Amino acid sequence: MTMGKPLPHDAAPLHVTGQARYIDDIPLPADALHLAFGLSTIAHGEVTAMDLTAVRAAPGVVAVLSPEDFAEMPDCSPSVHDEPLLATGMVHYLGQPLFLVAADSHLAARRAARLAKMTYRELPALLTVDDALAANSRFEQGPVIWTKGDPAAAIAKAPHTVEGSFEVGGQEHFYLEGQVAACLPQEGGDVTILSSTQHPTEIQHKVAHALHLPMSSVRVEVRRMGGGFGGKESQGNALAIACAVVATRTGRPCKMRYDRDDDMMITGKRHDLRILYRAGFDDAGRVTGLEFTHLFRCGWAQDLSLPVADRAMLHADNCYHLPDIRIESHRLKTHTQSATAFRGFGGPQGMVGVERVMDHIAQMLGRDPLQVRRANFYRAAEVAGPVQTTPYHMAVEDFIGHELVAELERTSDYTKRRAEIAAWNATSPILKRGIALTPVKFGISFTLTHLNQAGALVHVYQDGSIQLNHGGTEMGQGLFQKVAQVVAGVFGVDAGAVKITATDTGKVPNTSATAASSGSDLNGMAARAAAETIRARLAAFLAEKHQTTPAKVRFADGLVTVAGETYDFARVANWAYQARVSLSSTGFYATPKIVWDRMRGTGRPFLYFAYGAAVTEVVIDTLTGENRILRADLLHDTGTSLNPALDIGQVEGAYVQGAGWLTTEELVWDAKGKLTTHAPSTYKIPACSDRPRIFNVALWGKPNREDTVGKSKAVGEPPFMLGISALMALSDAVAACGDGSTYPALDAPATAERVLAAIKRMRAHG
Amino acid sequence: MGKKMQVSLTVNGEVHEVLAEPRELLIHTLREKLGITGPHIGCETSHCGACTVDMNGRSVKACTVFVAQADGAEITTIEGLGGPDGLHVLQRMFREHHGLQCGYCTPGMITRAHRLLQENPQPTEEEVRFGMAGNLCRCTGYQNIVKAIMAAAAEMNAKEAAE
Repeated sequence: MTMGKPLPHDAAPLHVTGQARYIDDIPLPADALHLAFGLSTIAHGEVTAMDLTAVRAAPGVVAVLSPEDFAEMPDCSPSVHDEPLLATGMVHYLGQPLFLVAADSHLAARRAARLAKMTYRELPALLTVDDALAANSRFEQGPVIWTKGDPAAAIAKAPHTVEGSFEVGGQEHFYLEGQVAACLPQEGGDVTILSSTQHPTEIQHKVAHALHLPMSSVRVEVRRMGGGFGGKESQGNALAIACAVVATRTGRPCKMRYDRDDDMMITGKRHDLRILYRAGFDDAGRVTGLEFTHLFRCGWAQDLSLPVADRAMLHADNCYHLPDIRIESHRLKTHTQSATAFRGFGGPQGMVGVERVMDHIAQMLGRDPLQVRRANFYRAAEVAGPVQTTPYHMAVEDFIGHELVAELERTSDYTKRRAEIAAWNATSPILKRGIALTPVKFGISFTLTHLNQAGALVHVYQDGSIQLNHGGTEMGQGLFQKVAQVVAGVFGVDAGAVKITATDTGKVPNTSATAASSGSDLNGMAARAAAETIRARLAAFLAEKHQTTPAKVRFADGLVTVAGETYDFARVANWAYQARVSLSSTGFYATPKIVWDRMRGTGRPFLYFAYGAAVTEVVIDTLTGENRILRADLLHDTGTSLNPALDIGQVEGAYVQGAGWLTTEELVWDAKGKLTTHAPSTYKIPACSDRPRIFNVALWGKPNREDTVGKSKAVGEPPFMLGISALMALSDAVAACGDGSTYPALDAPATAERVLAAIKRMRAHG
Repeated sequence: MGKKMQVSLTVNGEVHEVLAEPRELLIHTLREKLGITGPHIGCETSHCGACTVDMNGRSVKACTVFVAQADGAEITTIEGLGGPDGLHVLQRMFREHHGLQCGYCTPGMITRAHRLLQENPQPTEEEVRFGMAGNLCRCTGYQNIVKAIMAAAAEMNAKEAAE
């Protein structure tokens, strides 16, 4: 079987030799133009005058477009029409594109863009959730509220109560390849777009809209991205539209690549938020009633903020059965970059909230937080009892948290290490260690139900070679290889025999973003369907030839066996071609079972859940707040893995990225709304030297209970939340600085500065 | 605009004469004038390491070296280490040990690892971690990158011992 093999990434030979091409590596015709935006330097106000004389006169500049040059300003928004390509009069954030420069080189365009003389009438900017709340500046009319049971009554009756407020920071994607797009004008006004995007169809749709063309006149191609992480779901629209507009006006190919600084100033990031919580619980730490308020800072445009904030609500329970719960979610509009999709899509924000509650309860009861977590787990799928439902009334039918956590507890030696750490801390006045085990339950499917579809196109050529195309995009996650393995499995050939081709809206239309971890679930099924259609035709053809039934034709090891005869796959393909059998097919898949009423917050938004758990051990320096991850043990559920090597890579990378979010990655805006951490010099993503000293990673390996491709489970996002254990381990280490009477209340990211401040709070009470 | 200068540099064994502005950066010369696109542009401020090349036996970030500084220099890029038909042991190990995902950092990462193993042929894991700290990867979490480098070092040393 080809499925399930730990094959390397399909493009690895190209990557290790520098031959893999990203958009910026593709040679463009000599007359190509390079574009750059001129950016606003205030967060909120009106542009009263725009003097672009020096920009136009700068060396190499070919064209400069300001809002006056557009009869109708193109829109870049993936949701509502609230993102003009260039600010039209009003400026909504510092870094917003105001005008567009086309020059004969990238640097000439960027240099020229700095020469504008802008005059503004500055207005007060709403920068924080408090500013936005006070001004009632929000998306939607008011907060979205879901209630199950009667949490207020449950909390009033509870033996113990806890409440708190928790700040959770945002996160810059820091895909190594910045945003980039190119446009090649075609005959008759058509355009071809090359875009580093997770969502080719969205690029096609937005470019067609901007140029007043039907979608059929716009073709978008994506061979690969140098990382996406959600940051290329909607944030590439502006570049593609800008290229298409200038290419159409000048008749010349155009390319736009954001310099890293511009990328960080212009594009959206993970949503930061404040979480308010109030819970009632019993002596065992079992939560009887819980109320959450999520205060999301969404930035200036709606973008994907509503579904992101929804997904946070959908993960406010994580692994815990909360019969009486109320979740109130505010989507606040501020004069900052438009927060957008980022791996987990709100799920991490929802989940870290309930993990904070568990941690806080454990401290109040003086218990191991793992006991408290376990006391609140959903009932195991095998154990009889009334159906337990999530806060959004979906029955939890596949809960494997008990067994998975028990296994990790054993393999990580959690209990013994926890005791050892306590003993060690008692003898160590300066350094303190901490440990935490946190679980993950993550819902798989797009919550916008119609997105749960995919198409594929498979060709078999007369020489037996196979070409595969589908709607998913490759950003490093290995999707192309996994889907190729599925198709190879159908034809009984090596994965290497399946030629993988660039995502192309001209081959497979109406694709969903490669997002929500759904890439292999959706595209794997669609590609399997296409391949099975062709295989069925080949089998029918051979069966007739050999007077047998199609079911008796076998495809394995590059050979086809029928009625005692064995042929090369290539020979069969050629015969079928000669016999005028169609060797090309589309395939389609729509996820079954899901129904979802977003406004009421009820239904079954997910086909299944993916699970995992992590143990992290940290050490902190109580004099400086500096900290290190000493050891991480991860156990993650990817069902029956389509490719365990790729899945382990996803789990490791996601954990490190998740831990980065909650520890070192700090976004800071100044009082004028300027993002001051707009380069890797000031924004700290994990480096090789930050890697845990001991890093044990394993896959759970049991098949998905739902009928997914090869019984596998989605892996892109769920393991990101394993990083929550790093924050909770830091909380545990900080707690060791006190006498147990005070909760560390560590905000995220738990930078050295925050850890030090928390230590000081602990000692003030100690 | 400054006066253009004549710069001579040897890249992957081949001598190139280029006319460049004094402020032109090595990464732009390599990518735009010489068509050598293995080294990538990541951050343009020498932090991410995607543009790492070898210059006169040292790892440099080509985004913060003027091409004028490279006059007379010997430059090796990922293309100079080995092609698809003849992979260097480091390239092979990055592939086999899954030391890459999106691949954007990979050319710089391998070029840096190659120099690291010249500087320190038998590094400990800790030395690899710190020796590679100037090259960022956002996908892998580094585990497989470190494994690949350790495996390459082991194979290179075994080969040397056998010779």
